[in-house]
Amino acid sequence: MNRSKLIRFRHGACVPLAELPRLDFSVFRESLLEEVAGDARVASFFGYPTTAGLDIYAILARDWKGELALLHTQVSGNYPSLTPDCPQLHLFERELAEQYGVRPEGHPWLKPVRFHRAWLPVADIWGRDPGQHPVPGDMEFYRVEGEEVHEVAVGPVHAGVIEPGHFRFQCHGEEVMHLEISLGYQHRGIEQQLIGTPSLVTLRQLETVAGDTTIGHTTASCQMLESLSGHDALPRAHAIRAIGLELERLANHVGDIGALAGDVGFLPTSSFCGRLRGDYLNLMAELCGSRFGRGLVRPGGVQFDLDAALIERILKRLDVLEPETRGAFDICFDSPSVLARFEGTGRISIDDAENLGLVGVAAKACGLVRDARLHHPFGIDDEFLDMPIIETDGDVFARGNVRRRETYASIKLIRDTLKRLPAGGIFRPLAPLAPDSLAVSLCEGWRGEVVHAAITDRQGHISRYKIVDPSFHNWSGLAMALRGQQISDFPLCNKSFNLSYCGFDL
Amino acid sequence: MIGGLVLHLTLLLLFAPLLQGVIVKTKARFAGRVGAPLLQPYYDLARLWRKGFVFSTTTTWVFLAGPVVGLVVPLLASLMIPFGALPAPVSFEGDLILFVYLFGLARFFTATAALDTGSSFEGMGAVREVTFSCLAEPTVLFALLVLARLSEGFSLNALLGPHLTEAWRSDAGAALGLILVCLFVVLLVENSRIPFDDPTTHLELTMIHEVMVLDHSGPAFGMILYGASLKLMVLGALLVRILLPLQTGWWLTDALVFLGGQLGVAVAIGVVESTMARLRLPRVPQVLIGTSLLSIFALVLVLR
Repeated sequence: MNRSKLIRFRHGACVPLAELPRLDFSVFRESLLEEVAGDARVASFFGYPTTAGLDIYAILARDWKGELALLHTQVSGNYPSLTPDCPQLHLFERELAEQYGVRPEGHPWLKPVRFHRAWLPVADIWGRDPGQHPVPGDMEFYRVEGEEVHEVAVGPVHAGVIEPGHFRFQCHGEEVMHLEISLGYQHRGIEQQLIGTPSLVTLRQLETVAGDTTIGHTTASCQMLESLSGHDALPRAHAIRAIGLELERLANHVGDIGALAGDVGFLPTSSFCGRLRGDYLNLMAELCGSRFGRGLVRPGGVQFDLDAALIERILKRLDVLEPETRGAFDICFDSPSVLARFEGTGRISIDDAENLGLVGVAAKACGLVRDARLHHPFGIDDEFLDMPIIETDGDVFARGNVRRRETYASIKLIRDTLKRLPAGGIFRPLAPLAPDSLAVSLCEGWRGEVVHAAITDRQGHISRYKIVDPSFHNWSGLAMALRGQQISDFPLCNKSFNLSYCGFDL
Repeated sequence: MIGGLVLHLTLLLLFAPLLQGVIVKTKARFAGRVGAPLLQPYYDLARLWRKGFVFSTTTTWVFLAGPVVGLVVPLLASLMIPFGALPAPVSFEGDLILFVYLFGLARFFTATAALDTGSSFEGMGAVREVTFSCLAEPTVLFALLVLARLSEGFSLNALLGPHLTEAWRSDAGAALGLILVCLFVVLLVENSRIPFDDPTTHLELTMIHEVMVLDHSGPAFGMILYGASLKLMVLGALLVRILLPLQTGWWLTDALVFLGGQLGVAVAIGVVESTMARLRLPRVPQVLIGTSLLSIFALVLVLR
């Protein structure tokens, strides 16, 4: 048994690097595969260059034990790829190859991820000119040959006002045989910009990792910084963060269901949800002055407190909004013509979902119980969320229905939290970060689990910052969901995932 | 004769875009919005007309022929169909075949113009449009045969004559009801309305008609929009006349009854669009085969 090689900890703990055993690669590989074959899944997987080689850290989430496991090894140059035995690592390994020029031997799909130059002065493993910035989307796409096969390319410029991404369909008539998604158009190098000491600038950058998950990312980041400094935030701050997180979930879920209805041309729900989304965003603005929750969460607490009048006002607004939201959802989910479009479209099996390591709404729709609020609670969440919301069909309907039920649950959570808001302060300054340590934090953003991890150097400055947005896991799920589907159903499937492009591109 | 022709074209050219405005307004009201002004389609046409043409270098004259034919065909077709009780200015035995296939001509040119761009989206749209409309064709022809059998004539003027009032009260009423349903479905398909197509979507992969005209801009796009409005009114005229075969004998009231009927059709389209989602694409042919069968059944009813 290699269990002793694992470092087990709950998120919120800060692990000194000295305590981390560096495993041989073969032991690392064996332990990781054994864990993944058990009940663990890969939450994050990243490299950290040292003079001796590239340190690799794998953070595994053992959801039902509520703990994280940490594996650490070192590679230099090439190493045998883990992807054939553990498909959920495929993007992480491609990412490492692009950032540090280490080749995972035997990787079945070794292509660039974000189209940027290597972070170290190493040879590009695809042989691209190191002097030139790589062109996004410039790679070999998978092709199906045949006289009746045709290829459809969509993007990166789309007909709607959405983010850029390139989609390549291999079609036989109207049926999609394969979809390949190429992103990276919005790569900003956020992880490297976060190196150093956290400041107002880095906070602003964190708020825009994925602009629609501002609270999710800032909460994950602040929880992690608080773990590194050894000062947990005050209970009232945790409660206010939880309210912000649920408001963000409400606005996005309501907007998504409206967009799903709009995609099938069902206008009433589309229009009502557009308006309701605005109402939920306005609630967020009442809380912190920004409709997208910017400026609410800060390391050490939150910036805005709730007084009795505001609590009363929010509760009153929710009393009006809840029946309106239920009404808007019900006319959509009760319409046979809508259900005929949603049901059976873009189905993913639970096995595929598990192998690809899906998280969040997409995973819950396949029947996987994956919710960081439930498994990895932080602060006061554990007092409230006790029921995971899952559907089992894995289709567009299931993803829509998870959103519908989560919306109702979020309203209840906000009400409960507002009524039992802990007393006390909302902010206390951060102590200096622990030197030579690693901390991880998980936060269930509306799209799914947001993972932030950081390593500090000897002075207590951040020397490696790693972000995993739920979109990073789930884009592969969208590609899988399209297999054998009608190409005309792609926009609907895409909307049912509603993934972030910039959250992936970082 | 000349007076009739002028009245016919005036009604068509002035009134057609208003129907689009009524549809949009109905949908807005259902969604609880104020919606765009009723006259917005006219403003849009004026705006497009002031713009310049943009042509891709890969296209040929065919690309421009699409919009032009798309505008001229409904105009020609309108001359053969009576607007309510106002008789058609041009009428001859068998004009109903020409009426149906004029729209086939327009479709041919729209699809060729789409293929001319070489874009994979437009090719997909052309395939879909051609498939669906060839399935809609039998429905229209059988419906017209039912009318021909009832009127014992072979021109649209005779088919849509005053005898329809009598026919509704007779045994043929059921058959008329059936073809009314069929023709309404064809109207929705031909004018790319929900549940068959979504005229407002921005999702190029789901479009049918809209994707074929993606590359058109300025006045050419204006011609397409105007042509689509005319087509809606011309095909709607068929429906209105069957539903409201009133004959007041005075041209002004006749025209008002006709226009009222057209507004009613526009509202009905708006209501359908507000209460239904789009059909999944593979379901569209099934619906069209269903309406073909319905219209054959109507024919059987009047032949027996």
